Amino acid sequence: MSIFGFHYRMESKAIGLTIGIIVVASIGGLVEIAPLFTIHQTVEDAPDMRVYTPLELAGRNIYIREGCYACHSQMIRTLRDDVDRYGPYSLAVESKYDHPMLWGSKRTGPDLARIGEKYSDQWHVAHLNNPRDVVPVSVMPAYNWLMTTELRTSDLGLHLKAQRAVGVPYTDDMIANAAQDAFAQANPDSPLADGVTKRYGKATTMRSFDGKPSVLTEMDALVAYLQILGRLTEAAHKPVAQAEAAK
Amino acid sequence: MIAQLTLIERQRAIAICIAVAVGGALIMLGGRDDVMGIHGALIFVAGMLMIFRIGMSYYAPEPSEDRLTRYYDDPSRAGIVLAMIWVVFALAVGDWVAWQLVEPNLTFGPAWSSFGRLRPVHTTGVIFGFGGNALIATSFYVVQRTSRARLPDQVTPWFVLLGYNLFCLLAVTGYLMGITQSKEYAEPEWYVDLWLVVVWVIYFVLYLRTLARRKEPHIYVSNWYYMAFILVVAILHIVNNLAVPISLTSAKSYSAFAGVQDAMTEWWYGHNAVAFFLTAGFLGMMYYYLPIRAGRPIYSYRMSIISFWGITFFYMWAGSHHLHYTALPQWVQTLGMTFSLMLLIPSWGSAGNLLLTLNGAWDKVRDDATLRFMMVAAVFYGLTTFEGSFMAIRSVNSLSHYTDWTVGHVHAGALGWVAMITFGAIYASVPWLWKREQMYSPRLVEVHFWLALSGTVIYVFSMWNSGIVQGLMWRTYNEGGTLAFSFIDTLVAMHPYYIARAVGGLFFLIGGCVGAYNVWMTILQPGAAASQAGDVPQPPPASGVLQPAE
Repeated sequence: MSIFGFHYRMESKAIGLTIGIIVVASIGGLVEIAPLFTIHQTVEDAPDMRVYTPLELAGRNIYIREGCYACHSQMIRTLRDDVDRYGPYSLAVESKYDHPMLWGSKRTGPDLARIGEKYSDQWHVAHLNNPRDVVPVSVMPAYNWLMTTELRTSDLGLHLKAQRAVGVPYTDDMIANAAQDAFAQANPDSPLADGVTKRYGKATTMRSFDGKPSVLTEMDALVAYLQILGRLTEAAHKPVAQAEAAK
Repeated sequence: MIAQLTLIERQRAIAICIAVAVGGALIMLGGRDDVMGIHGALIFVAGMLMIFRIGMSYYAPEPSEDRLTRYYDDPSRAGIVLAMIWVVFALAVGDWVAWQLVEPNLTFGPAWSSFGRLRPVHTTGVIFGFGGNALIATSFYVVQRTSRARLPDQVTPWFVLLGYNLFCLLAVTGYLMGITQSKEYAEPEWYVDLWLVVVWVIYFVLYLRTLARRKEPHIYVSNWYYMAFILVVAILHIVNNLAVPISLTSAKSYSAFAGVQDAMTEWWYGHNAVAFFLTAGFLGMMYYYLPIRAGRPIYSYRMSIISFWGITFFYMWAGSHHLHYTALPQWVQTLGMTFSLMLLIPSWGSAGNLLLTLNGAWDKVRDDATLRFMMVAAVFYGLTTFEGSFMAIRSVNSLSHYTDWTVGHVHAGALGWVAMITFGAIYASVPWLWKREQMYSPRLVEVHFWLALSGTVIYVFSMWNSGIVQGLMWRTYNEGGTLAFSFIDTLVAMHPYYIARAVGGLFFLIGGCVGAYNVWMTILQPGAAASQAGDVPQPPPASGVLQPAE
């Protein structure tokens, strides 16, 4: 029986086509995706990798809300010019707590995977307020309402809890104090500030990101997020440091 | 339209609308502290409006029994009108954001009109609003004719069509308010995704029920493609959108996957949304409308089979070519590249099969702009799939990725292939559905054709230029071994191409408006209203045009 003869009979049964389509279409995804969860080398080990603070997570959600990913990638490829322009190529471990990932697919603006601490907070605030004040030919939209919109912190505990449900190791302590940690990170002089460094590490950036410590704005959150990009772990810099030490 | 429903069907429809309105009210109350509450209000209003609409005609006389001897085409008519509304809206938004890249102050200030929020409005509007409505409308039309069977009932198709449009509406209004998952082409949040699952499952069951009633022994090739479109989109949608909401009264959720696994899942979804939403469904459309319009049988039955299963199998491997040189393991990238190259065989099999079908009817292609829309669609399908396989090669991708070349490639497919075949199918079916001799103005179809073709060509050429120029500038080094151009240098170089792109898009938008006007005027034309009830199934012809040539 020829293959076309077989098909001639199968195509007279809706259920035959349905099962055929499901089976044939499932194979590719199963082979390519399932092993990514089981093969250990897929994501490198980085013991120093830390989670986002509540303020940084809130900033990340603003980045998502405004669709920044449509024009900015967060994935430096293993290409010479990518590395020369943006820094060490991205490792899988650097986005292992990114639910969802924001690797992006288009660079209408530059890659942001290592933007953290490349520019000052003041530069970011001025740039987000009106990009053309600092980069005259920029085509980025102005986000001037961020500075005047108060950050919603009341549900940050719920955010951390949902993050834990999908696998990010937030502790009960972090979840319980999420709202006050967000406030304290942008108010380093507040008595609550010690709690942030205790929970998220001494290296946590503690400062008033938008220059207005009195009120916690969406600008605080977004700049806090931008300033941590590429700095959650030192893993990507290690091969570079080792190579330089060898010289 | 309500008059066509029997009394029991009117009651069922009202019951469904009450359920929708109650659901909306619950979301409105539960999510009153969140943007989700606004969506609840929208759902509630949509449900209430439908209740009133049905209620107004509740006591209208019941339809006569002989309706069951005819096809049921009301939902197809409504779907085509909705598709034309969505296309004008979504093309307008697309051209607006194109001009924003020329002059960024065209956001005019508010949060909702910035590029990042409007871009998914454009993509969702054209892909799901325009494309989805056209697919649903034509699939209902085609499955009835090719099975010689009427849709099994009159409520389910309306539920699928209107429920789907509610999904589109929630998606688009959500982005404007900042509700998004940020997964490209899968931006709607968890509760909107769940609603689509309900609609989609019922859509597939409806399809199977119709096929079960068929009086043709074989299932026509168009229906294979429509079935693959519905089934695989369901699989993709469910897996890619697995997420945990922060609470049942908040719109925000977090993806179940992170980092590299999330990236692979997203592009497995993203690439196959192209494959099964934007290709399989529209191939189903093409396999019906092109041979009928040309009056020629499909060139090769065997090529149809090979192409169909090739597309269904190979496409699902190709998604990882979106992630070349990234942190995704190299073996997955290599598999994606390899299968993308093999994909060219079934893709050109389909394009070739359809173009060869036109042999003996090329005089019609010359004279009939509707058939020419379909022919150009097949040509662009062939060109775009070649370009796609080419760009999936790792070394080519190192130049093209992250640049406008990708945008140009997507639009060659979306404008040149998907929109062209859809306009062709719409121009063919509007006179059939509304029982008119022909379109209101065949000249305007001609005008639309040339606007659409020139707009597409301008768009694609400008994006090829800007993409390749930018890609080359990024990798240019000085003699001293440092990068020759800053990022901003490349942005300045893009400016003229961004203007050209926005002009090309404007041509395409004007064409869409001309098409919408023409469709509307055709509907308003006085016609043979008596036979609006629907076509009667034709006995199978001795050697029908739908039979393969072999």
